Amino acid sequence: MAESMTKKPDSVLPETPEVSDSLTADAFSIDPWIQLKKFTQARIALGRVGSSLPTKEVLDFGLAHAMARDAVHLALDVDVLEAGIQSQGFNTLRVHSRAPDRASYLLRPDWGRSLNQDSLNVLEDYKKQKVDIAEPIDFLIVVGDGLSSLAVSRHVQPMLEALRNVLPVEWKLGPVVIASQARVAISDEIGQALGARMVAMLIGERPGLSSPDSLGVYLTYSPKRGGSDADRNCISNVRPEGLHYAAAAKKLVWLAKEASRLKLSGVALKDESDMQEISQQTSLE
Amino acid sequence: MSYQYTAGVHTYQFADLKCVLAKATPARSGDYLAGVAAETYAERMAARMCLAAIPLKRFLEELIIPYETDEVTRLIVDTHDKQAFAEISHLTVGDFRDWLLSDIADSATLKRVAPGITPEMAAAVSKLMRNQDLILVAKKCHVITAFRNTIGLPGHISVRLQPNHPTDDPRGIAASLLDGLLYGSGDAVIGINPATDSLPALMNLYYLVDEVINQYNIPTQSCILTHVTNQIQLIEKGAPLDLVFQSIAGTEKANKSFGIDIALLKEAQSAALSLNRGTVGNNVMYFETGQGSVLSANANFGVDQQTCEARAYAIARHLSPLLTNTVVGFIGPEYLYDGKQIIRAGLEDHFCGKLLGVPLGCDVCYTNHAEADQDDMDTLMTLLATAGLTFIMGIPGSDDIMLNYQTTSFHDALYLRKVLGLKAAPEFELWLKKMNIMDAQGQMQAVKSGHSMLQNMPKNLLSAA
Repeated sequence: MAESMTKKPDSVLPETPEVSDSLTADAFSIDPWIQLKKFTQARIALGRVGSSLPTKEVLDFGLAHAMARDAVHLALDVDVLEAGIQSQGFNTLRVHSRAPDRASYLLRPDWGRSLNQDSLNVLEDYKKQKVDIAEPIDFLIVVGDGLSSLAVSRHVQPMLEALRNVLPVEWKLGPVVIASQARVAISDEIGQALGARMVAMLIGERPGLSSPDSLGVYLTYSPKRGGSDADRNCISNVRPEGLHYAAAAKKLVWLAKEASRLKLSGVALKDESDMQEISQQTSLE
Repeated sequence: MSYQYTAGVHTYQFADLKCVLAKATPARSGDYLAGVAAETYAERMAARMCLAAIPLKRFLEELIIPYETDEVTRLIVDTHDKQAFAEISHLTVGDFRDWLLSDIADSATLKRVAPGITPEMAAAVSKLMRNQDLILVAKKCHVITAFRNTIGLPGHISVRLQPNHPTDDPRGIAASLLDGLLYGSGDAVIGINPATDSLPALMNLYYLVDEVINQYNIPTQSCILTHVTNQIQLIEKGAPLDLVFQSIAGTEKANKSFGIDIALLKEAQSAALSLNRGTVGNNVMYFETGQGSVLSANANFGVDQQTCEARAYAIARHLSPLLTNTVVGFIGPEYLYDGKQIIRAGLEDHFCGKLLGVPLGCDVCYTNHAEADQDDMDTLMTLLATAGLTFIMGIPGSDDIMLNYQTTSFHDALYLRKVLGLKAAPEFELWLKKMNIMDAQGQMQAVKSGHSMLQNMPKNLLSAA
């Protein structure tokens, strides 16, 4: 580094490299395969200064990491989300996991999977007053902040809109339950407390550098406390740059109908809608 | 045997050996989550005092997971080399630390004694060692392996080129692969984490990498990181498979949750050996491990996560791998909370692996919900490379767009080679010079648009040129 700064290059032409270190001829070495970037979002052909990353790339990476960090740590604005969902014509309920804050949420996944006592009471009261035992909730929607509040604040409302267009009209929906400091499995406890036949959890996924706002959707038939990943079907990467709302909603309802028919969800329920879509995508290419 | 230590007026009691080990472990979130960690700083130090006085022999008498119910314990006990152990059998854990740091324990001695050291002994002594101790002793342990090149020679560090793509797009994979090769990466292995489980799609990935290796005549090996049962089937169908990959853990129950046991790994090893694809050696296995995986499978039996991790190396050692990779920061903050915990765990894993005779590399990495960043990764990779780390990952710009985590980059490997004077595997370095990627003095050259590899791109990229 010191060498390249003190030595004034007499030629910047890359065709005349110096013997000792060809890179000192020019501080910045461009990678002449930039055209390959069109095939991947991976950070290829970044160029180098000496053997290190150029300033621009260090800063771009830093910004992407900052967005992902904020997605994890910025609290979901539940007031705004709830008002938005109500304005779409859905009833809502608010619950909270046993993790009191983000720090404990990150350290204790088990706390994020279960409801605090107040929330259990709220759900019990609701069930007593509003749910007819003869006509249980068919399809309960739960919204959880998960690991990306950004995903929830950006994509839950459009996803609900898309779902409304494809859900069978005869299905009885419950209130949209908004769960804070939530992990996926808390939806089992919520679904069980309200006696729902199925529960769909819309939750912020672990943010990646290029995808700080991916929404995940998990479907469970006959939700019960203590269920495992093997009992759920997952639809991942719901966002405009990934799986679109309408496609995700269609897939979720396909799975829910199959779950209803087979009376199960999870590994035993194969997502064949997906297989059809994948083969269509492949043949299109 | 009773385990206790009196500090001042307080006597700390420990129920058994595994309890001493757990409470002596440097603080980390996964052991708190498991409920096995020390409750106070003083209790942690009391456990270390107690541990230091325990004879190494005790670890052969009091098994932390029963022999009858765990095949990893059976492997550790049944393959223990008593003759190799004789040289250190009189030592306590505390004495063992002193012995390891002393000049008596030179590279030849450590290699001779390694089959007499159990994972629990390695884990125990690591708990009494500071980071610099872990670095110094690991550097003395030379573990050299070979397939199409020679890995682990002193003064060298290799790179696993990891050209992942979220949908396994062959052009996307080939683009990242070419990027890495032109940056001098890929001597440890070209290893893809596939998005798919479909056998025909996996077969295509084998052909993709194999064609690139043949096209440029690269002295390296490939690996597709799918389940071992898929790989056995693909070998039967004629896949050009170089290395067999599998994630392994330190208890039978955890391995069961991965759908494997030791017999299955041996079957896969035999299948890969039957292909006879190595040119300078026959180490055909590639393992991945990581602290926390055992608890995550609810299969830790009250044993701390670092000791469980060391037990996984007993399986690795038994199967003579080319490479073993501790994926240290991938699992998340509930197991390793922040940069400090990730750095410590990386150094412990590397030390334990090397002491046991396993060719340990490290996926120096973190997720976005961990309290860590690039500065922590710079620190860990620099420390590990100083300690003689076998290999690191190489990903375009540190950003794995398929697995959504950050690891080390092609640039990072060049940084380590430059700052610490480390070299690529010798066969690979010759290739880099032949291809004009590296000059005769070992400096990276600027690649021009007329470079032969850009003029003659991999088949999947030809349409792009």
